[in-house]
Amino acid sequence: MKTNDKPRYLLPSLAAIAILALFLWWANENLDNYKLQILNLIAINSILALSLNLIYGFTGMFSLGHAGFMAIGAYVSSLLILPPIQKEMIYIIQPLIWPFSVMQAPFFIAVLAGGVAAALLGLIIAMPVLRLGGDYLGIATLGFAEIIRVVFTNLTPITNGALGLKGIPDYANIWWNYGWCLLTLFFMIRLVNSNFGNVLKAIRDDEVAARAMGINTFKYRVVSFSIGAFFAGIGGALMASLVTTIDPKMFGFLLTFNVLMIVVAGGLGSLTGSILGSAVITILLEWLRFVENPIDIGAFHLDGIPGMRMVIFSLLLIMIILFRREGIMGMRELSWDSVLRRFSRGGEAR
Amino acid sequence: MTDRTYVLETRDVMIRFGGLTAVNNFNIAVPEGSIVGLIGPNGAGKTTCFNIITGFYKPTQGEVLLEGRPITGLPPHKVCAAGIARTFQNIRLFYNETVLQNVMIGGFVRQKSAWWMPPLLVPSCTREEAVLREKAMKLLESVGLADLANETSSSLPYGAQRRLEIVRALATEPKFLLLDEPAAGMNPQESQELMAFIKKIRTDFNITILLIEHDMKVVMGVCEHIWVLDYGVLIAEGNPEQIRSNPKVIEAYLGEEATQNA
Repeated sequence: MKTNDKPRYLLPSLAAIAILALFLWWANENLDNYKLQILNLIAINSILALSLNLIYGFTGMFSLGHAGFMAIGAYVSSLLILPPIQKEMIYIIQPLIWPFSVMQAPFFIAVLAGGVAAALLGLIIAMPVLRLGGDYLGIATLGFAEIIRVVFTNLTPITNGALGLKGIPDYANIWWNYGWCLLTLFFMIRLVNSNFGNVLKAIRDDEVAARAMGINTFKYRVVSFSIGAFFAGIGGALMASLVTTIDPKMFGFLLTFNVLMIVVAGGLGSLTGSILGSAVITILLEWLRFVENPIDIGAFHLDGIPGMRMVIFSLLLIMIILFRREGIMGMRELSWDSVLRRFSRGGEAR
Repeated sequence: MTDRTYVLETRDVMIRFGGLTAVNNFNIAVPEGSIVGLIGPNGAGKTTCFNIITGFYKPTQGEVLLEGRPITGLPPHKVCAAGIARTFQNIRLFYNETVLQNVMIGGFVRQKSAWWMPPLLVPSCTREEAVLREKAMKLLESVGLADLANETSSSLPYGAQRRLEIVRALATEPKFLLLDEPAAGMNPQESQELMAFIKKIRTDFNITILLIEHDMKVVMGVCEHIWVLDYGVLIAEGNPEQIRSNPKVIEAYLGEEATQNA
């Protein structure tokens, strides 16, 4: 695992980014909207998976509150990019209250604000909740996400209640999404490979020993949780602008579950695993739609069963847990060292 | 011993868990630069004393002083920052991390950079981390673990894991080091090496060491002063010679009959 960026990593990194940019440019020109949507979802899911991996995979805090942070990010950013006229149109039950009705911000600022709001909330939640450990933490954060959802359903003057927000400007194109995704990845790589990252892993591995080594474990758990919440908010904000319609129902437990599935499948404690996991799972989720269509096998005719892909997906997840619990990457990382070695020798990478 | 300053002093320390008084009237004074021992039969309360000194337990009564300043009731991370490091009876390494990372984690307590600096590429932070890495490598070299720096710590043989735990504690730059049964599970050859190792780090790092140990060869071999604990109460203290011939100590370890026959 590389621990600091030596200049020799700069060249392959820049090359990879250039190739990615070329690919995205090509995709943007040639692919249809459906495939572009999948590409966009991969980027957003990567952001979400990276943020949950920091909380769960690297710091060892089992958190199920991701949907709550995404909701905060989505609503805050949407309220900032919705034009005032549109706001007047969609708030039909109760008008939007004052500061929100006139507030406007460029997309980048709006997404950032969504992240900051989620991080602040994460900080407030973390103070009482992170005194718990293990499964209790999972249940407490799950409850918190549900509270957010219920509050958003009933806070009609701000969130438009169950009707949700419609016609959110679709600024989140492929460049924004992948830009934020790369930014998140860069942030995480630097953070996790610094000594602070080592400290987070130490808290995960043995909290008692970490405390004896002079580490204020509570403080750094709170910091890690808030950073995770920040990027979850970013992901939520981008998601809102991508799908252009949000309502509280969208941010239920299933959303958290999807992210958790990506993190576990990719490998807890592996950043590259999270990226791979989100690519594989996002594509698989779409590809598996064929099982819900009517199928003809020879003389047999099978009617499509809606929801069938989730059944297959659950089976796959059970398989992962049974046969490859550590996920695609385990705790290892795909680093330039291992990639270059594979290319130069054609042999086996470590 | 009277003109030497004390690194650590405990004054009438008592701790009660519910109805059980685990440690009572615990008074020790550890002179600077010495290697001292705390012994006693199983369940005498030795590790409890360690946990009180390092802040894991808050004593019901009494005071703990580090270089004359009270540290009673401080949380463990502040006690460590004040200059007390420890190892554990059953080794507690960060097993998913490499040997080098383990030592660097120990050095974190002296690091000044904040967590948000590495992602923002703050130069002072990058420099500090490079210095920290170098220091950690030097520490590993000084104990002969440098070749294993990039191995996962769980893959190390037992003796090396013990040494790594001590090195990790040294990386916090302590004034006072507590070793909880460093020779546990070692063969005579290994404990011989350990004794030399303990003496070496005392002089090399200019620290004071307090150790809990059951291996009497090790205790008598390295300690200049020994306290004996039985049922939470200090029953004897003195240099190895005095302890060896103290009837109370023999009684605590072997029972009353043994004293009469001796």
